[in-house]
Amino acid sequence: MKTTRNHLIFAAQLAFTLLVAAFLIVPALLSMMAGVTVNYFLGIKSGLTLQWVAQVWELYDDTIFRSFLIAFSALAVTLVVGVPAAYALHLRNDRLSRAIEEVITLPLAIPGLAIALGLLLTYGGFTDFRRSWLFILAGHAIFTLPFMVRAVMAVFAAIDVKTLDEGASSLGASPWQRFRDVIVPNARPGILAGSLMVVTLSLGEFNLTWMLHTPLTKTLPVGLADSYASMRLEVASAYTLVFFVMIIPLLTAMQLFAGTRSTAPGVR
Amino acid sequence: MSKKTFIVLCFVPLAILVTAFFALPMGQLVIVGSSGKDGLSAYAAILLDPRYRSTLINTILLAAATTAATLVISTISGLFLQRHRFPGRAFLIAMLTFPLAFPGVVVGFMIILLAGRQGLIGQVTQALFNDKQVFAYSLQGLFLGYLYFSIPRVILTIMAAAEKLDPSLEEAARALGAGPWRVIRDVVLPALMPAFIASGAIAFATAMGAFGTAFTLATDIDVLPMLIYTEFTLSANFAMSAALSVGLGLITWAILALARSFGGTTVAAAG
Repeated sequence: MKTTRNHLIFAAQLAFTLLVAAFLIVPALLSMMAGVTVNYFLGIKSGLTLQWVAQVWELYDDTIFRSFLIAFSALAVTLVVGVPAAYALHLRNDRLSRAIEEVITLPLAIPGLAIALGLLLTYGGFTDFRRSWLFILAGHAIFTLPFMVRAVMAVFAAIDVKTLDEGASSLGASPWQRFRDVIVPNARPGILAGSLMVVTLSLGEFNLTWMLHTPLTKTLPVGLADSYASMRLEVASAYTLVFFVMIIPLLTAMQLFAGTRSTAPGVR
Repeated sequence: MSKKTFIVLCFVPLAILVTAFFALPMGQLVIVGSSGKDGLSAYAAILLDPRYRSTLINTILLAAATTAATLVISTISGLFLQRHRFPGRAFLIAMLTFPLAFPGVVVGFMIILLAGRQGLIGQVTQALFNDKQVFAYSLQGLFLGYLYFSIPRVILTIMAAAEKLDPSLEEAARALGAGPWRVIRDVVLPALMPAFIASGAIAFATAMGAFGTAFTLATDIDVLPMLIYTEFTLSANFAMSAALSVGLGLITWAILALARSFGGTTVAAAG
């Protein structure tokens, strides 16, 4: 009696969870299918084609290259700025450093639209800067920086930075040598996790970018919005398919990485 | 070079980047917000002007509904996935967390494919009831979109919290004669409260500020980010759009800060 009831509860919960998964996955599958279907309205029986993907490449290839350019530049900036900052924040660990941490995490709490408006109102007059992709990079760097800093600080919290630092110091290494040869190599798992996050978020960033872009500095998500509004469903879907192909390896890497970290007996 | 100097040097790139591209722009936003013909009272207009106020209330209600629905759905599925081992479980979890990094625009497109003019729901209802349901471009569509991007995040948080629950508490409750519902209500749900607060605050703040989804689904939906956008681009009312942005930023920041003071950690991500 009791087991039948348990089976029923199990089945109901499973059905519910499958329904939720379907809600998330079915539209993504529909979109992938639509991107390679001759006519979505007629369905898959109208035949499979790569013509829409080719058309996307013709129309929007520049947005794809630009998105990668901005994502890797944002990665470079967040590495140069974020890793030393995380080290210094960890070592100081006083009221000032907690206030700094608070400030650099603010861009996560404030909508991208507001940050973008602030950037426009401040630098809109600097025409050359405003027109270049560097303007978008500025927004992306601010938005992704907290993810890098937090990922690296999480590793520092798990290893004994002080002992490493002092050990190297007793061997006569200068602060810069210690940072380069001891601290950074030990922070590698955090740097890797942070880097994956920064690149993934930058590639998909829209809220800031839509306000910051110009017709000549469109990124992939900006182009996507453009195609959703003005292109036929098949082209919009093919473009989305291109985005999925770019983002899924990054997501998978992130999940695998998170998996190995949580099952490992602890980060060294 | 002493160690102290080196640590100070470590802060220099950060100080330059954050001052130039965050602190200054935010200051400018606050200043421009009070530079319109009404001065500082532009900030009061967010609450006093009937149009802005109704948009603000709309946005808050939508975000609250999203949060509530997401928490219920994610708790049912998250607890289930944490407590049962069955073939395909890992795959199911991967499917549920797959949309984690979708930008708002892509989420909007997913909703169009579900409930838009050529959408799946329209086709099914047409075939079954000869009554084509199209609601992607309305408030219901936006609600569905916000559910779409909140569920993966909240499920992950709830599963992580459920993993850390102490099973002996539940055993104790059962030994004292509590039925399964009472165990859930009196032991499991209270223990998950910090996770609900943390992930609920993120879902709420994200839904308040999300722009991409509303932008894709369009035009007629009366929510704060769309209002800011139209004030800025169509009406060129820089002062009011800045004031509204500051108001929106304060609300989302306050929600997350409040949740954190209850002990949860809150890291939002793109919306």
